[in-house]
Amino acid sequence: MTWLTWRQLRLQALTLGLLAAAIVVVAAVTGPNLADAVTGNSSPYDQLTSTDRTLFTAGIVVLAVLPALLGAFWGGPMVARELEAGTHQLAWTQSVTRRRWLATKLGLTTAIAALVVGVTSLAITWWSSSIDGAVSSASGALPERLTPVSFAMRGLTPLGYAVFAVALGALVGAIVRRTTLAMAITLAVFIAIQIAVPIWVRPNLIPPTIETIAFSQKTFAGITIRGDQLLIELHTPNRSDWVIANETIDTDGDPATVPEWFRDCLPGVDGGNTAPTRVGNEDPLWDCLTQLTDAGYRQRLVYQSADRFWRLQWAETSTYLIVSALLALASYWWIRHRLA
Amino acid sequence: MTTILEARGLGKRYGRRWALQDCTVDLPAGHVTGLVGPNGAGKTTLLNIAAGVLSPSTGTIEVCGKRPASSAAQLARVGVVAQHTPIFAALTVAEHLEMGARLNLTWDDALAWRRLDALRLDPKQRADRLSGGQRAQLVLTLALAKRPELLILDEPVASLDPLARREFLQGLMEAVADNEMSVVISSHLVSDLERVCDHIIVLVDSKVRVSGDVETLLDTHYRLVGPRRDTTRLPSDQHLVEARSTDRQSTFIVRTEAPIADPVWSVSRIGLEDLVLAYMSQPTEGPRGRPLEVAQ
Repeated sequence: MTWLTWRQLRLQALTLGLLAAAIVVVAAVTGPNLADAVTGNSSPYDQLTSTDRTLFTAGIVVLAVLPALLGAFWGGPMVARELEAGTHQLAWTQSVTRRRWLATKLGLTTAIAALVVGVTSLAITWWSSSIDGAVSSASGALPERLTPVSFAMRGLTPLGYAVFAVALGALVGAIVRRTTLAMAITLAVFIAIQIAVPIWVRPNLIPPTIETIAFSQKTFAGITIRGDQLLIELHTPNRSDWVIANETIDTDGDPATVPEWFRDCLPGVDGGNTAPTRVGNEDPLWDCLTQLTDAGYRQRLVYQSADRFWRLQWAETSTYLIVSALLALASYWWIRHRLA
Repeated sequence: MTTILEARGLGKRYGRRWALQDCTVDLPAGHVTGLVGPNGAGKTTLLNIAAGVLSPSTGTIEVCGKRPASSAAQLARVGVVAQHTPIFAALTVAEHLEMGARLNLTWDDALAWRRLDALRLDPKQRADRLSGGQRAQLVLTLALAKRPELLILDEPVASLDPLARREFLQGLMEAVADNEMSVVISSHLVSDLERVCDHIIVLVDSKVRVSGDVETLLDTHYRLVGPRRDTTRLPSDQHLVEARSTDRQSTFIVRTEAPIADPVWSVSRIGLEDLVLAYMSQPTEGPRGRPLEVAQ
């Protein structure tokens, strides 16, 4: 059965292997120079060439897209194509039980997917490690590795997503029995989950830290004006932390809107400005913030601290792997009881 | 009669629709059984359950003494040529044989390659480039090389041209002659089965209408043509299968072991095709709807 599964996958598997190898080579060649250029520099972002920034973005894109494609092109057709072509009848009437048939197909496919994505992620994570969260003394920054922009494309998580996407595709294919439909549904469900997880699941995989912080020059991150709303943002002592919620609270500890007088106090803010505006670090600002503090306002931050990166990686990856195992069991159940 | 397949009250339901309902059938060991019936009778469902591809919703079935697909060992004892003879499009002919060799507990590689040579199939040919006849032959080769105790063929020649049809059935007959195995082959065309089968089962609406040895059936069925008569006036040893009457004339098909004495009738033998059609056209309900077992 391994032979047959490999025979059906080998062309795509080798193509993917070449892609992964190419990424490893590019990372190995450009990585050390990149690290030399930024290490110890107080303004590492400014040391980056446009090629560096493009490669950084490309790394994120590749790891965002790869698991989705594996789910659609390996997972979706895995069972559906056999059902569509009737070849399941040929396979199931050799001396191969359905359990072994599915276990081998799913096992080998997810293993190859995990290997390819794992190696790719390792290379990209290593390459990016010297510049993740790089800031500039003037303007511009790269996302921190713990923020949603990067977290899912670093370390172990892409491997978990790839396994999950393939297992999801296999189940969807067994249920809908049509290859193209299975591919489309797999892709749609996978994307929806990848959007939902950073919003609702990841922040709570490990209970986040909740901290009430006073307004000060040290903690101030910026002010955003969105229509009538004026939002103050602070940051935690470590700028690499992933701040999940950033809200102003009143003396009772309830979420509050910033009072009207604060807006009037601020330098250079027009009342009817609809476009988001950031106000820079000007001296009168500190007076206003002090007044706000005196009036009893504080800022409540919910965040995951940067040192939890690997704990969160393990937690999320193992969650995806457990769900994948459940999906595999569901596929087996479906094939045994609904397809047969 | 030893049986290679025993089904009792077998049923398969899809939602509210029954593809097969309350089907009870025995398949004799050591025979080539033709399974005939109109489209929708449940032939394919029955054979798919027997092959282990489908599992029944109700009833029990044993093939080679075990529940189908209950183990690799059971699967090894059954060879299957599924309807539409599915193959892996991207695999070559030789790779199909390699698959068979790797996926089966018993595999006669010499037999497989001998058949490939005899069929003049190019081992390097991709399977999706094969003609319908070659494709069916390849699937038959895979099934035969398992050295099965029971070979199941579901409408294997339905989509083949007459020449390919004859070649396929010829190959099947040779294989049956060379190997000790039971065979069941389904078709809605009796003419396909006439030359290969020594046993026939007529299945209509999931029910066995008649099951018996072809020779015996042909020896005990007659067509009676004579002046119009009431069907109730037949002697008790004559079992009426089909009756057609015009104003003046009656045509009966009857089964009887005894010679027909009544001089009113002009008596003739009937062919297998007419015999099968007579049983297929019987009404489902009524005393004559009971399945008929003919002694071997």
